[in-house]
Amino acid sequence: MLSVVGRYLIFLGKLFVRRETFKVYWERFIDECIAIGISSVFIVAIVAVFIGAVVCVQTRANLVSPVIPIYVVSNIVRDMTLLELSSTFMCVVLAGKVGSNIAGELGTMKITEQIDALEVMGINSASYLVLPKLLASVFTFPLLAIISGFLGILGGYLAGTLSGIITPEDYIYGIRYSFIPFNVFISIIKAIVFGFLISTISAFQGYNTRGGALEVGQASTSAVTNSCIAVLIADYLLAELLT
Amino acid sequence: MIEIKNISKSFNGRQVLDNVSGVFKKGETSLVIGASGTGKSVLLKCMLDLVRPEAGTTLYDGRDFYVGDEEDKKDIRREMGVLFQGGALFDSKTVHENVQFPLDMLTKMGEGEKKDRVEFCLHRVGLDGTGSRMPSEISGGMKKRVGIARAIVMNPKYLFCDEPNSGLDPLTSIKIDELIKEITDEFDITTVVITHDMNSVLSIGDNIMFLYKGKKLWEGNSQTILGDTVPELEEFVFCNKALSLMRAGK
Repeated sequence: MLSVVGRYLIFLGKLFVRRETFKVYWERFIDECIAIGISSVFIVAIVAVFIGAVVCVQTRANLVSPVIPIYVVSNIVRDMTLLELSSTFMCVVLAGKVGSNIAGELGTMKITEQIDALEVMGINSASYLVLPKLLASVFTFPLLAIISGFLGILGGYLAGTLSGIITPEDYIYGIRYSFIPFNVFISIIKAIVFGFLISTISAFQGYNTRGGALEVGQASTSAVTNSCIAVLIADYLLAELLT
Repeated sequence: MIEIKNISKSFNGRQVLDNVSGVFKKGETSLVIGASGTGKSVLLKCMLDLVRPEAGTTLYDGRDFYVGDEEDKKDIRREMGVLFQGGALFDSKTVHENVQFPLDMLTKMGEGEKKDRVEFCLHRVGLDGTGSRMPSEISGGMKKRVGIARAIVMNPKYLFCDEPNSGLDPLTSIKIDELIKEITDEFDITTVVITHDMNSVLSIGDNIMFLYKGKKLWEGNSQTILGDTVPELEEFVFCNKALSLMRAGK
């Protein structure tokens, strides 16, 4: 276990030495932002809207006491969405989509000698291939978290008002009531950290693939599993640190 | 000229290369032959420093590849062209972009100059008009040709080919062999080919090194290989039905 962590840290160090020109990274960064960020908007939107809706319906169903005001429902939807769902839950979903994609791509490049071809040309393959993915993840994950947060709250609003659980006025009041702007900041910080973990752990798994197609599949599975575990551990540590 | 001196390498305690030495001369097509698992590809990877040997050294025109800083090494790498077994083309790039890639990364050439150079190399390997196709849209033989075009685009002094005939039909194999030989002669480069294809051995082998269980067992050329009596070499060479019949005078 310790040797794997050590190799992971050495791998991270390798990303920042013998770098290529800014122009090379810029072009790859834009490509990766599209592949990692823009192509994930749809799944993030779907998950966010439905989770927001489910939280609203479940909260209302479990808050049956007449002494609790109805606007507490949207209050809970807001805080759950900002603090956990828009960052942690979304990143667990993205670990599956983005993580497996990164590990699969790099694993295939490894076993088909494409990475060797880069090395033979004197290019630092780890830096050339992984650094743009890392930067794109750290840049796009917070944007996805913001979209996810907004759509989660919107999902709760739609589910609550369309089913008659809560009036639009109560929902808006609950959203505004005792709002802590720092919670948005927490969500963004979490998304940055999770973006870093998912992209680097998945790249590490893919880059170190040996063998054939079977091993590429195993690398993808390991990438998702390890990324999810790392996200959950980091989530706990950040919760302790930031709240 | 490339000189390898006393290269040894083992994996998990298993000796894969044992004290292998040799010289690959400029303007010659040198072949490293042997059965599967004898360490041919590992030797190539050691020469390219993709795998660092436990002992020994590789000299490129007298320059030790394993010492010196990254910039020195990069200078030598710029003089290398490598054709990998499966072509190792970048899946996300077109044929033209694949060939142009080393120019993009390693030179400051203008776009027009790069385009001309890529078109020249594609023409040289007989692939005019295929630049816009993706690697997934071309045949195995064409992939090898694109791999050769990419390998020569930087005007290398050293060309390495790892089993250039694997997975190809006999006719295409012969064409690839001829192309490698022509390029070696035309550009006067040092070419090292890893192969176990006897057609290649007999048709393009200016200099041949036979590896057996990680050791260099024999060295010669395409004229001397059929007459030699080293048992392991004989077994390797005459396992080919046509050659064994020829030897028996049939």
